Amino acid sequence: MSDSVPTSSFFATRHYFVLTLIALLFSGLIARSAYLQVFNQDFLLDEGSQRQLRTIETPAYRGTIMDRFGTPLAVSTPVDSVWVNPKLVLQDINGLKKVAKSLGLNFADTVDNLKQRADKEFVYLKRQIKPELASKAVEGVEGVYIQREYSRFYPAGEVVSHVLGFTDIDNMGREGLELVYQDWLKARAGKRQILRNRKGEVVENISQVEAARAGNDLYTSIDMRLQYITYRSLAKAIKYHDAKSGSAVLLDAKSGEVLAIANLPSYNPNQHKDKSAASRRNRAITDVFEPGSTIKPFTLAAALDKKLYSQDSRINTAPGYMKVTGFPIRDFSNYGVLDLAGILRKSSNVGASKIALSMQPQDLWQAFKNYGFGEHPGVSFPASSSGYFNHYSNWQPLDQATMAFGYGLSVSTLQLARSYSLFANEGRIQDVSLLRRDQPAESTQVMQAATARMVLEMMEEVVGPKGSAKQAAIPGYRVAGKTGTAKKSSAGGYLEDSYVAVFAGVVPVSNPRLVMAVMINEPRQNGYYGGIVAAPVFQEVLSHALRLMNISPDDLPSSGEVVRVATRAIL
Amino acid sequence: MSRLIESDQSSISRRILDAFRLDPVMVMLLLILTAFGLLTLYSASGGNMDLMLRQLTRLALASFFLILLANISIRLLKKMSIGFYLGGVVLLLGVIYFGEVGKGAQRWLDLGIIRFQPSEFMKLAMPMMLAAYLSDKVLPVGWKDLLISAGLIMLPVLLIAKQPDLGTALLVGSAGFFVLFLAGVRWKILMVLGLLVSLMTPLLWKFALHDYQRGRILTMLNPENDPLGSGYHIIQSKIAIGSGGMYGKGWLNGTQSQLDFIPERSTDFIFSVFGEEFGLFGALLLVLLYLLIIYRGLYIAACSEETYGRLLAGALSLTFFVYLFVNTGMVTGLLPVVGVPLPLVSYGGTSMVTLMVGFGMIMAIRSAKRFLR
Repeated sequence: MSDSVPTSSFFATRHYFVLTLIALLFSGLIARSAYLQVFNQDFLLDEGSQRQLRTIETPAYRGTIMDRFGTPLAVSTPVDSVWVNPKLVLQDINGLKKVAKSLGLNFADTVDNLKQRADKEFVYLKRQIKPELASKAVEGVEGVYIQREYSRFYPAGEVVSHVLGFTDIDNMGREGLELVYQDWLKARAGKRQILRNRKGEVVENISQVEAARAGNDLYTSIDMRLQYITYRSLAKAIKYHDAKSGSAVLLDAKSGEVLAIANLPSYNPNQHKDKSAASRRNRAITDVFEPGSTIKPFTLAAALDKKLYSQDSRINTAPGYMKVTGFPIRDFSNYGVLDLAGILRKSSNVGASKIALSMQPQDLWQAFKNYGFGEHPGVSFPASSSGYFNHYSNWQPLDQATMAFGYGLSVSTLQLARSYSLFANEGRIQDVSLLRRDQPAESTQVMQAATARMVLEMMEEVVGPKGSAKQAAIPGYRVAGKTGTAKKSSAGGYLEDSYVAVFAGVVPVSNPRLVMAVMINEPRQNGYYGGIVAAPVFQEVLSHALRLMNISPDDLPSSGEVVRVATRAIL
Repeated sequence: MSRLIESDQSSISRRILDAFRLDPVMVMLLLILTAFGLLTLYSASGGNMDLMLRQLTRLALASFFLILLANISIRLLKKMSIGFYLGGVVLLLGVIYFGEVGKGAQRWLDLGIIRFQPSEFMKLAMPMMLAAYLSDKVLPVGWKDLLISAGLIMLPVLLIAKQPDLGTALLVGSAGFFVLFLAGVRWKILMVLGLLVSLMTPLLWKFALHDYQRGRILTMLNPENDPLGSGYHIIQSKIAIGSGGMYGKGWLNGTQSQLDFIPERSTDFIFSVFGEEFGLFGALLLVLLYLLIIYRGLYIAACSEETYGRLLAGALSLTFFVYLFVNTGMVTGLLPVVGVPLPLVSYGGTSMVTLMVGFGMIMAIRSAKRFLR
């Protein structure tokens, strides 16, 4: 029953011919397969991967900026951006119409826009919208996709906007601390490899190439409670006096931390249209002005340190004016003979000038330099100013005299506050900081402790009943400070009717904790003196601050008074 | 080899096979191949059980036809040949006048209960007719018989090409040609024919082919010309096969296939799925399996002592080879894209039945020899 091989020679020839042909064709096929699968494998494998494998970014949170107690000031919230593949989406015009409608876009414009970019594969349709809105819009339309992003939200709005600055749409810091600490705050997007199918849908997560890492959080030195009060008081004063602008800086006297720093005009960082250049500046740090009489305590301190005067020294300021190389220097009226405290209390230009002129120019220059004038305040902030302070070799005697009452040099509000902290800190100076300090900063003794103490107590009289800043007085506390009212200069001289009203002070005198400088630019109504315009801001902010920070009163003359003060504090 | 397998004649399975007049070697090879095919289809369809069930149903139906045909005497088969052929030509004409249009071609005839492709039927009727005609003549074939045979071949081929269905026309034509070739056309005539065909190629190119058919040939020569359009099929398929490498990515693990990059991956392009998942070794194994089936068919043809059966079995086996070569050639980018499925592996009904009927006939031829003796 077994088969037998055919013997017909004719058929056999055909048989072998056919078998040979088949063998040849199969060899061709095998060669082709081998060519594709062995010799070309790497290339084709790669080609396949290019079609299927993609590395995509996984977004991460940018670090949160907080106040010193952890209140969030700048937070990243998840949002979605809608993007399209023009090639795909233009084939489904009805779908595109639906998407445009739900995103509130003009349909015709959208189509034009996409047609212009028809050769691209990625075009943003709308960025950073609510996730619910985005997912509703793209539902069921091919070629429309969602990309997760994080956008920055600033809960406190314009109150602290100058300090924080803002980020652009790609989460890059553009101003303020967002810019300075960009590298610290920035999120590091993760990378993961995915497998996608022909429609571009993600089928499988292959591997995480790089883990997404959220940015680091940042604790600022700001105390938001005090910041709100400072901003509110400053805004109120600027409105009442119809001023052009203003700044206020509140420092922790011991640590050099900025507890509050406010400027007006301000802007809401959550609204892009708000961000004009004028409103964006952190004026307290970037803008300088001639400090006027607020500099007089430093003139006194420089002379006291050189032992040219003592606490009991008397200076004759009569007849209320003097001439220096032909130019007149005037007091408001003829104060006669004054002691040093009297010069501050009455804010005598003649007295301050006489003291300054009694010193070597080099000594005065060196002292002021040490006190921080013309020096960078040590804060890390974009465009922070060091002020203007001419070298003594260029001084004329008149320059030396006007320097004594705050003309011919300029400071920022922050610099002024920093220099005032010398009196609160027994003559030691340190860099100020916008970040919370967990360790005390290095400080340098630049004024004798006794001198600092002496001048501080003299400044108490300024706030006293006979002084120029009665409105800075805070019941229950010993307050020291100095007013300044400087004429504004412009090209060609000083303007008659525009002033800068300044007040800088320290509280409480017996154990100083807080330093504040307030500057109000060009008040045009209801007075222009520093004691009237700037001092009330100081008083309002610090009376709240002392209570909030639980600082014990140091000026309680009688027990009856205590009850009265305590009651007021509660009310 | 066949002797080795057939040595145990007393086993139960052998008896069953004998009772149904089946060839054990062929049956075993076909079983292995269909098993391979179902595995691949499972992967290619993404585990679509509905589709698998339909394919299994077809397989059962086709097996039934195989057994049926294996039990028909070849004298009856020979008598039916002319009737089948004429019926097929009539149906083809029917398609041209009443046929349904699908995918740009008119191939289907709706007979109320079933829709079917007469061209598919012609794949069997053609070699039957030619074998019946030539088996009674004096061989080798003379000029007169050659011309008549050529006419018999060209009529249905042209009708099918007009549908247009180039792939099937090619298969039907080659089935007829193989009978002619095996019957013994003189080498001289074959050479003249070959020369004639090569001379006519430019004319065919210009007048006989549709634009899309010309396009497919150009695409085959350089698929990278239009990677997202006409070259897409072939590029994706080459990538799939090539990325399989030596040993493949493993069953169900082919990325090109599973991610839907390969078009028609459960039908005409199923070989690329196989190549990607089982690699060069798998592809060689599969091709070897086909080769054994073809060899077995030719062996049965050679053993047949009756001219009709010898011609028919030889032609059917060689047509099976053309099937295989055209499909794998197309998928690997050696040949232009024509709609030829991978026999017994691709998803699809009609071709499965036709092929199994063909194998049934081959088995009938084998039995005839034995019973005649």
